[in-house]
Amino acid sequence: MRTATRTATRTATRTGAGTGKGTGMRILRAGPALSLRFRPRALAAAVVCLLVALAAGVVTIGSGDYPMSFAEVLTTLTGGGTPAQDFIVNELRLPRVLAALLTGASLGLAGAVFQSVVRNPLGSPDMLGITQGASTGALLVVLAGGSSTALAGGAIAGGVLTGLLIYALAWRQGLHGYRLVLTGIGVLAMLTGVNGYLLTRGKLMEASRAILWITGSLDGRGWPELTPPLIALAVLGPVVVLGCGRALRMTEMGDDAAHALGVSVERARTTALGSAVVLVSFAAACAGPVSFVALTAPQLAKRLTRAPGPNLLPAACMGAAVLVVADWAAQNLFTGRQIPVGVVTGLLGGCYLVWLLATQRKAGRI
Amino acid sequence: MNTPAAVRDLPGPQDLQAPVGHPQDGAERMTQGNHRDHGTPAAGGTRLSGEGLTLAYDRRTIAEDLTVAIPDRSFTVVIGPNACGKSTLLRALSRMLKPVAGAVLLDGRDISSAGAKQVARTLGLLPQSSVAPEGISVSELVSRGRYPHQSLLRQWSAEDERVVAEAMSSTGVADLADRAVDELSGGQRQRVWIAMALAQQTPLLLLDEPTTYLDLAHQIDILDLCARLHQEEGRTLVAVLHDLNHAARYATHLIAMREGRVVASGPPERIVTAELVEEVFGLPCRVIDDPETGTPLVVPAARRRARRPQVAGHLS
Repeated sequence: MRTATRTATRTATRTGAGTGKGTGMRILRAGPALSLRFRPRALAAAVVCLLVALAAGVVTIGSGDYPMSFAEVLTTLTGGGTPAQDFIVNELRLPRVLAALLTGASLGLAGAVFQSVVRNPLGSPDMLGITQGASTGALLVVLAGGSSTALAGGAIAGGVLTGLLIYALAWRQGLHGYRLVLTGIGVLAMLTGVNGYLLTRGKLMEASRAILWITGSLDGRGWPELTPPLIALAVLGPVVVLGCGRALRMTEMGDDAAHALGVSVERARTTALGSAVVLVSFAAACAGPVSFVALTAPQLAKRLTRAPGPNLLPAACMGAAVLVVADWAAQNLFTGRQIPVGVVTGLLGGCYLVWLLATQRKAGRI
Repeated sequence: MNTPAAVRDLPGPQDLQAPVGHPQDGAERMTQGNHRDHGTPAAGGTRLSGEGLTLAYDRRTIAEDLTVAIPDRSFTVVIGPNACGKSTLLRALSRMLKPVAGAVLLDGRDISSAGAKQVARTLGLLPQSSVAPEGISVSELVSRGRYPHQSLLRQWSAEDERVVAEAMSSTGVADLADRAVDELSGGQRQRVWIAMALAQQTPLLLLDEPTTYLDLAHQIDILDLCARLHQEEGRTLVAVLHDLNHAARYATHLIAMREGRVVASGPPERIVTAELVEEVFGLPCRVIDDPETGTPLVVPAARRRARRPQVAGHLS
């Protein structure tokens, strides 16, 4: 009896506090109809990542053959620079940084969706062949001598078609994580072969253009290249984060448990995966198949937030930060010449992957 | 049939060869596709029932023309040998599996035509294979049970908070609220999952083998909890259980299945007989009164090996 009373009092305190203690959540309420619940730590992680991304962006804009200070860049961005500074910042360097921000965020978000659905930290669009599919589409356009607009179109079509192919092959009375991974890996292997073959078919000029594209590079991105990924992220970002986030969190407990709680599992999963595939394809159309960002960003975000669930928003912000910083490194760390950003993310991602495999193996999860 | 005698039925040798019921049981003997039904739930009504269900995975048919009714406010337990279709039936009743033919009716409506969240506010299910996300705390897992009551703009009402606290205290996990679910023992973890299902606040709750993988003490613990939830809160519980004696002790209504058919249904003390057990499980046995509760207790007959010689009781 005494225990019962004590439990009741403790519960009452917890209720009275209204902070959702123990879940690490903060609650905002306005009447019975509106109540929002969020995790301060996750929100802080997202904000910090975004600030890092923006600051790194400003630093990147200020570096190069015509160096500018942090303050100068900010003044120019707000319209107070000399005409020369204005040209360099707003026409040459800003689009590139924005491209890094947008594609990074798209890749981070898409990666978080994939990893949540597949329930495996290795389940990411570049491990499952989506980015390879985008490359195949782009390579076909390059070999046909198409324009850069056509190349972007080819990449989008390639990525989306690969997504549909994997979906068609893996779907059997619902989409199952394990089958999705195996099918994706099969498709990845196939497309790698196809891409290798296509490269050998190209003439020297085409082949070198193709190689540069296939590594993932942000070099020379201007305003026109920004519009497609911006629209994709502006439309699909909210669809994924607000529309599917809560349902995805539920499906992490297993399809049956989610189903029992009233989640339309198939619908949420198909919407989220479809959006992720489109986001990855648009990102690839803009920056090429930048590797490993989609794999690493969600995992890094998870380690910052220390929260269960797909951590969609933090993953998107982390993706943006990773790619902007990697692009800064690609332009400045290697003296003499710039290297494609895909090389940097590949190096960082490779190290990360090895570390992940080692630690997860120790923890007995892989 | 309701013999108070300790030994209700000891099948004779002829019964062992002929696994179909007893002559004296003729009135209640089942014929194909038509089962013995004691204690029809007509008086109490049923909110959940399956009518003429044909259940199949891919092309493998598990059950054909299966009809069941869950009496309101009962603690119904479904028993039967492995692969008899009892878990499949539970999946169909909870709209996890869409029947090939027939319909599951919830409050008189076809369950497949109702909205997912709407169903989830009336009918809860504790599946066998749930995964606790890595590092999730007990209170957060339990609070996920509120999903069908929430929306994008109504993510955590005062009501949600109250119900979750209540669910945790009534399952005895309130003190574990801040602990990570991965750190808990099997029995505690199962209580947490039950708390989550309770937070869903459904008048009907289905449990798929809630005692599997638990040791005997924790099995009893979970079943006591279920019985209390059934009695005190007036919920209708439906559980699939493996242990016939647990079923007979805790159920108020029993559904015995074999090969996709319902062989018998009714209160355990009316339907659990040696013939039924032999018919359903193919196991010769005796049914005696449980010395603790007076409910039927199934004691399997000693097969093959001869009985051990009686040893003089040094221990007594």
